[in-house]
Amino acid sequence: MKKVLMGNFAASHGVRLSRAQVISAYPITPQTHVVEELSAMVARGDLNAKFIKVESEHSALACCIAASVMGARAFTATSSHGLLLMHELLHWAAGGRLPIVMVAVNRAIAPGWNIWNEQTDTLSQRDTGWIQLYCASNQEILDTVIQAFKLAELVKIPVMVIYDAFILSHTYEPVDIPDQKVVDKFLPPINNPEALKVGEARAFGSVTNPDFHMEFRLKLHDTYERAMEKFSEIDAEYAKLTGRNYGIVEPYQCSDAELIMVTAGSLAGPTRMVVDGLRAKGIKAGRVKLKMFRPFPVEALKEALKPAKKILVLDRNLSPGTGGIFAQELRVALKEDKRPVWGFVAGLGGRDITPELIESMFFDALGAEVPVSNTIFKGVRL
Amino acid sequence: MIEPTYTIEESEELVHPGHLACQGCGATIAMRYVLKALGKKTVVVIPACCWSIIVGLFPSSCLDVPLIHTAFETAAAAATGARAALDVQGQEDVNVLAWAGDGGTFDIGFQALSGAAERNENIIYCCYDNEAYMNTGIQRSSATPVGAWTTTTPQGGLEDRPKKDIVRIMAAHNVPYTATANVAFPDDLYQKIKKAASYKGMKFIHILSPCPTGWRIPSSESIEVARLATLSNVFPLYEVINGSKWRVTYIPQKKVPVEKYLEAQARFRLMGEEEKKRIQKNVDEYWKELLKRAKR
Repeated sequence: MKKVLMGNFAASHGVRLSRAQVISAYPITPQTHVVEELSAMVARGDLNAKFIKVESEHSALACCIAASVMGARAFTATSSHGLLLMHELLHWAAGGRLPIVMVAVNRAIAPGWNIWNEQTDTLSQRDTGWIQLYCASNQEILDTVIQAFKLAELVKIPVMVIYDAFILSHTYEPVDIPDQKVVDKFLPPINNPEALKVGEARAFGSVTNPDFHMEFRLKLHDTYERAMEKFSEIDAEYAKLTGRNYGIVEPYQCSDAELIMVTAGSLAGPTRMVVDGLRAKGIKAGRVKLKMFRPFPVEALKEALKPAKKILVLDRNLSPGTGGIFAQELRVALKEDKRPVWGFVAGLGGRDITPELIESMFFDALGAEVPVSNTIFKGVRL
Repeated sequence: MIEPTYTIEESEELVHPGHLACQGCGATIAMRYVLKALGKKTVVVIPACCWSIIVGLFPSSCLDVPLIHTAFETAAAAATGARAALDVQGQEDVNVLAWAGDGGTFDIGFQALSGAAERNENIIYCCYDNEAYMNTGIQRSSATPVGAWTTTTPQGGLEDRPKKDIVRIMAAHNVPYTATANVAFPDDLYQKIKKAASYKGMKFIHILSPCPTGWRIPSSESIEVARLATLSNVFPLYEVINGSKWRVTYIPQKKVPVEKYLEAQARFRLMGEEEKKRIQKNVDEYWKELLKRAKR
């Protein structure tokens, strides 16, 4: 069934179809609609779940963690400061190998207060052990939420489904809502044999001394790496049922491209448009959309970037003093590579990234052998 | 009226030997009684506190029930989540016990606790109060009494602030059941836990749990000192039903001066005579007010 939905509601439908059992959340713009709609779904009886209106994001995730330890399918949603408040518990969830799914809507971080789009909030959580999947359309949001539960439960690692504030969260697009039967076939009821059971004397999260701690982390690391290939399998299975899949990276016009721009999230749209425009002018441009950021798909990126002579990264985020986080990761991945990488930072705090601005980045790279500096701010007045 | 006796019926032990508590640890005795009262159909949630260690290191646990270790400030929120999971799984009859120290309750976990109380989550929250951050080596918490030496109150009585009245605060949330208890009064504690379990909604039990290491007392005197706390009215035993009906569950037959309780512990050694007198006065006033509230 097709419906015109804002991105946040697409996420809610994904959670409903995934039959989440425990939902715990705290309001924060621009995520709030996700849980508003979920609480309405629970109230209407469309979703048989416990909806807990906690007093903070920290408690929201603590609640999901314990629910997940007890074997329930748990979900939460947040943004920006809410995500940062959860930081400690993000480590708990991943370190505890709990298959929790979270929607994180990318929003800037204060000061000054800013509710608009920026990806620094989720990217600064990259070392917590969560899988991160970035979405570029409302359809992709709905589909990714369903895929995320399957992936999380298969590899026992929590998954963040991420999309841009307002550009997707509050924007209406036609979205195909799959039948419940189709989703049930794809995503069976949760069955976590490691969950605690009443009557059994087992503990979650006991003190581990140096004799054990490292092995736990090694296991997480190894499984994390395998999550990439598991996601590809899940993506293929989902495609069979719905006709849609997204890939861990999505190359566009890359096969003969001399300049390739790497970006993530809703910027996939305008960058594709700009590539089309450049191609019409005879410039061999391409674009790679990064869906999976954690684990970082090094091989898939290398493959997609093979034809490029020059690589551009468009980051809507900033690690102060270092630059764009995607650029930083990519430079590490391509460490043996001699090709120049232009790291562009733009659109912080919700500033528009216009097609003209993106085009100017391509022209910057066209007109020089190497970038003028490691990080180039675009669309900025200073 | 319950006398300080031990008449608890023999029941299954759910706290087993091999735990890692210090000698004379009140918190360990408290857990033993509480689990005797709650039985095997219980899930325990423990934030950072002495009990994170006492229960044993991976892969051991001295508890015969499932246990969720959780972050310092999340006992009540995690208990909420465990409760929600059990409810969606049709296991409404299982007790969820949040088990936190005074730091995790009075201080860092207070926001989550207030939230869970306001939502009236169907959990039993026990705070075993040893009156300081004992696990990290005796630092002051907002449950540390006036005049007590800790490593962060090296001058003892300098911080002249009354101990946070956690039970009144929790009762003010109008939850079904709030009570104080003391490991030196096991029958009273046991029966309060049984009673708590009979209510649906939030239950909060504040259990005085002596810490010989932090209180600077010989471990063999742990129970004796805890008993003095109640006999001197420093730590009265009472319960509050629905935030309004107050009942004192133990009235000392012969009043013991507060001085006797203070002098039994080296942590109060820095306290002057004037201070002791002032504390006696405060204790008397509090007791009078408590009796008045209980009469209403």
